[in-house]
Amino acid sequence: MHWSRFCGCRASVRKKALTLMRIFGVITLLLAIAAPLAGQAAKSAKTTAPTDADFTGYWVSLITEDWRWRMVTPAKGDYASIPLTLKGKETADTWDPAKDEAAGNECRSYGAPGIMRAPARLHITWQDEETLKVDIDYGQQTRLLRFANGSSATGPATWQGNTVANWEAGPATGQETPSGRPKYASIKTVTTHLRPGYLRKNGVPYSGEAVLTEYWDVNKEPNGSQTLLVTTAVHDPMYLQRDWITALEFKKEPDGSKWDPQPCNSRW
Amino acid sequence: MWRFGMLLLALSAVSPLLAQADLSGNWSALQHQDWMERGPGPDPADFLGTPLNEQALAKALAYSISQLSMPEHQCELYPPTYMLIGPMSLKIRAIVDPTTDKVVDWRMSGAADMAVTNVWMDGRPAPSENAPHAFEGFTTGVWEGNTLTTRTIDIKAGNLRRNGVPISDRAVITRHFTRHGNLLTVEMFVEDPVYLTEPYVMSRTFELNTAAPGADEPYHCSPEPEVARLGETGVVPHILPGENTFPEEFSKMYHLPVDVVLGGAAEMYPEFRKQLKDKYVPPDKCVRYCCGWGGGSASDEIKCIGVGFADAEHPFGRRR
Repeated sequence: MHWSRFCGCRASVRKKALTLMRIFGVITLLLAIAAPLAGQAAKSAKTTAPTDADFTGYWVSLITEDWRWRMVTPAKGDYASIPLTLKGKETADTWDPAKDEAAGNECRSYGAPGIMRAPARLHITWQDEETLKVDIDYGQQTRLLRFANGSSATGPATWQGNTVANWEAGPATGQETPSGRPKYASIKTVTTHLRPGYLRKNGVPYSGEAVLTEYWDVNKEPNGSQTLLVTTAVHDPMYLQRDWITALEFKKEPDGSKWDPQPCNSRW
Repeated sequence: MWRFGMLLLALSAVSPLLAQADLSGNWSALQHQDWMERGPGPDPADFLGTPLNEQALAKALAYSISQLSMPEHQCELYPPTYMLIGPMSLKIRAIVDPTTDKVVDWRMSGAADMAVTNVWMDGRPAPSENAPHAFEGFTTGVWEGNTLTTRTIDIKAGNLRRNGVPISDRAVITRHFTRHGNLLTVEMFVEDPVYLTEPYVMSRTFELNTAAPGADEPYHCSPEPEVARLGETGVVPHILPGENTFPEEFSKMYHLPVDVVLGGAAEMYPEFRKQLKDKYVPPDKCVRYCCGWGGGSASDEIKCIGVGFADAEHPFGRRR
């Protein structure tokens, strides 16, 4: 039934009413679109974190793959699985841990592109509203995942580089909570400004041009445990023929009772 | 305005369907981790980092891969775990109900020797406990945000790893499929009350391939004698208890204690390194499979030991 059937008023009044309704409709639509955006702009990375995927806490790496290359130091010249260039191989062939020790570079295999494959525990906390801090007991390293826009690298390159993070909730899935926070979301991080280091303990190199892209996901398992899955892509035009892409699993632990900080070691 | 409002309402109603990640496509297997496991295959008796129990270890040590040449076993397909440990790529298709336009099945194929997995999304009940198990098992799926989580039951017993680590028909396999752009990462969580002391967790990343058609369904298999001594002689290749020499060989090759190469759940965790620190010395040099990756060995210019052994006089090289 058309609205005008309820109104016995004159045509001019009906026209004005129709115009007002149109304006009201447009304003309502604009508000509906703008409100969530305005809300998001005002919220921090911490307060927009997903409700059902908690990245914070203690996580332990599960060494079920590449065991001989991750749990122990492999033989010199063992580059299996890594798409090295000739220059990368030649550089790896010069690996000499004694030289690294003499130069104070014991941490060369503990940089961001290498350390995530190490047998390690992570402790992830919110350092502030816009920064996730990832402490790693293996080599006593700390990675900072900065969500704030505009964070840029300054100063000399470092083992952990400069990491920019973003939530990736994906498209709306119908699984948002009433607060507007998604139930699930990934973190995408891009790390640059890296000090040249090793992808593998036995001297397989990455250069200062390397860019590390990671996707962090939390999966719930049927036995009640949680797995942190980190998909990583190392891009290095100097030493890699193509991006080196791997995935890593960490199991959530109830507390930090097994936290075991160890200094960098160039041989073990 | 009323019509426009109705359109918005209709769009919001279908958005959950439209919003889920599209997994369909041909996905190339990236063998950038555990290339040896997924390419040429693991060494016999390499059980490092595998949470197997005593029964599983005994069965794995008795295994001979020559069993696959027996006519009785030639047409067996690998369990669904092979999606992550085999060399093959992955083809995923969305099977849509024409009346509802909803995806009722994510159909996953790609390996000639692995059964097609149908991931049922329509909430259908599991088969009866008395129903025969299938190589592919029975799989259902649900979306958790941008991740498709699947649960597989009712598989046939087979190999969890290609060197004979077994998986039982009571195993439950959970997989999480997450797409990030052109990458698809699959995490697998295997629970097996018969052979594992803890869940076995692993993952693999595939890369979208728009150039290749992708592999299709498994082949049609007709068994026939491949090896004369296995034809119709009743011979079953095996290794008797206490006679398997591969653990010692593997131990010598990689300088690892024999008891370590036999696996166990403790080996999955960082603290296990403390047991090795004073025992382990890296081999002087890499002697085999030193630079394989992805679709095969490294490029020719690298002149690396992509496969086999560099030195025929090496104690293991003579076995070529």
